[in-house]
Amino acid sequence: MFSEQIELRGHIIDSLILPKVLDEILTHGGRFTIREIKIGKQRHDASYACIDVFGPSPEVVDDIVRRLRQHGAEVVEQRDVQLVEAPVDGVFPPDFYVTTNQQTFVHLAGKWIETRPATMDCGIAVDPNQKTATTVKFSQVRKGMLITVGHHGIRVVPLQRSIERRGVFEFMASSVSSEKPKSAVIREIAGEIRMARNSGGKMLVVAGPAVVHTGAGEHFEKMIEAGYVNLLFAGNALAAHDIEQALYGTSLGVYLVRGALADEGHENHMRAINTIRGAGGIAQAVAKGILKQGIMYRCVQKNIDFVLAGSIRDDGPLPEVITDVVAAQKAMRSKVEGVTIALMMGTMLHSIAVGNLLPAEVKTICVDINPSVVTKLTDRGTFQAIGLVTDIEPFLRELTEFLAEEGGRSS
Amino acid sequence: MRKLLLCSPDFYGIEYEINPWMDRTRNVLPAMAQTQWLRLRETLQSLGCLVELVTPQAKLPDMVFTANAGLVVGKKFIRSNFRFPERRGEEKHFEKWFAGHGYEVVSLPGDLFFEGEGDALFCGEVLFCGYRFRSDIRSHHKLAELLNCLVLSVELVQDRYYHLDTCFCPLPGGGAIWYPAAFDEYAQRAIRHHVSDLVEVSPEEAAHFACNAVVLGEDIILSENSPKLGAALRERGFRPHELSMTEFIKAGGACKCLTLFI
Repeated sequence: MFSEQIELRGHIIDSLILPKVLDEILTHGGRFTIREIKIGKQRHDASYACIDVFGPSPEVVDDIVRRLRQHGAEVVEQRDVQLVEAPVDGVFPPDFYVTTNQQTFVHLAGKWIETRPATMDCGIAVDPNQKTATTVKFSQVRKGMLITVGHHGIRVVPLQRSIERRGVFEFMASSVSSEKPKSAVIREIAGEIRMARNSGGKMLVVAGPAVVHTGAGEHFEKMIEAGYVNLLFAGNALAAHDIEQALYGTSLGVYLVRGALADEGHENHMRAINTIRGAGGIAQAVAKGILKQGIMYRCVQKNIDFVLAGSIRDDGPLPEVITDVVAAQKAMRSKVEGVTIALMMGTMLHSIAVGNLLPAEVKTICVDINPSVVTKLTDRGTFQAIGLVTDIEPFLRELTEFLAEEGGRSS
Repeated sequence: MRKLLLCSPDFYGIEYEINPWMDRTRNVLPAMAQTQWLRLRETLQSLGCLVELVTPQAKLPDMVFTANAGLVVGKKFIRSNFRFPERRGEEKHFEKWFAGHGYEVVSLPGDLFFEGEGDALFCGEVLFCGYRFRSDIRSHHKLAELLNCLVLSVELVQDRYYHLDTCFCPLPGGGAIWYPAAFDEYAQRAIRHHVSDLVEVSPEEAAHFACNAVVLGEDIILSENSPKLGAALRERGFRPHELSMTEFIKAGGACKCLTLFI
């Protein structure tokens, strides 16, 4: 991604010069971020806009800037990013730049360097010798690390705004409503998932135990079987109840098939956890023929990577659960690279936590019976997420049907 | 009394080509040009205008188009910075005339092209400014600072209508005559938003320089062969005065280009 910064001055609002310039950028293959805008208060006051122009090549950016010059745009000379040493381990210098989940560049010795990975709520550590810029969490900060401060020499590339056909991610935006036409939206989502798989993308599923409680486990298994799932992030509960279901046919003591309580059913999940602990882990239980069905069984069989992160209320937990939250976060971070689509179902805190790790270009779908979950996810920075307010079971049933239909058709 | 600056066409002719109208093989008829210019001057005077004259100069054939000399607001003369070297020689003569007549001469930075009333016309309190072919849009920002007024920059997109005054003419009461196709869509939207009554000119009449009119209250002097515009103006209570401008249209100018309000 290449860029230039331009400034516009004058009566750019009344003359419609500002919208014209922004449209020209998009029409000629660029993207933009409005870095600063000052609108004149009185009719005769001039306005000012400072705009970062991005393009896929220097030629595209030059062409755009050449076009914008005739509308009065002036190119701004770039200053290098400001760097300050971290005072101690785990502490950023004051005024450190806090990242978003969008593609970010820093200007160093006359060049723009991409910050990797694009993760929100981090600082940026710069190595001037290696010419690298890395997003770092508090726990990764070491005394003396050069950290970016202030806003000069930092550019954030916005997500591409499509001017062509609007897909589900455009028309849904992030507004949440239980009134949306679900079937049509689920069909669009199936299309996105299929497209991700066919174009070599990677799908992450973040799932809460409601997937099992609502009886949606079998649909999820079908998705795993069909090769749509590449990575699973969950907690102890999803795995424990899935295994309880696999071993005893119940989820939290309720028979999923009949909806009736099992005798002494409340013990089942404890016994399930105990069995797996006894086997040495989920993978070992599969290898020993103890665990023969369910989501976790499919993941092991299909060699699908999963990270189970612990929480304070966990029973057990299962041996694979990482109980140190910083370690769990690190494990998840190390696996999200290459994820192009994320499906988050029935878990609020896990969805927000994973949303924080994902770059903005990852297409994120949040499904929950509670509308506030999607709102919270988007409010906490994962603005690109689209939400569907529905029970998980009908959603997954329909999704797998569409996937099977479309899969059988052409892909 | 309205005061206008004119320049006799003693040295007028097509000596170079800096717009699509100019063709050195199709030179002007000097006697005819004199007659047409004198007719314009007489018409202005008969309508009660005071006509001032700047001395024409040899080798500056376009000096006759005084509208491009600069922009006069009160006793301030904002001098043009011509885009083409062929016309830059005019700058010092106009500057001298205005300085000698008690005007404060203001120059814009040398790299900002600005061609006076050719590209800057007040419509009510808003100064409409054309850009792209001749004036640089950055000069508009300077004008806004100097004059402390709202300046609307409008992009011109047809090289035959290279100056704003070839396709836009403000009328008293907030209306204007215009030829929309000469502007890009953003300019068209801005003009429609800010001008209450727009009188649209047909392509044929625009090509006869119908928009290049001198507005003196209810009297409007425009080039002949503009019957539809004439009718539209009469409907609104104006009195159009049509003059033959054939010799000046050969260089891409007509009534308005030959006059500068001072």
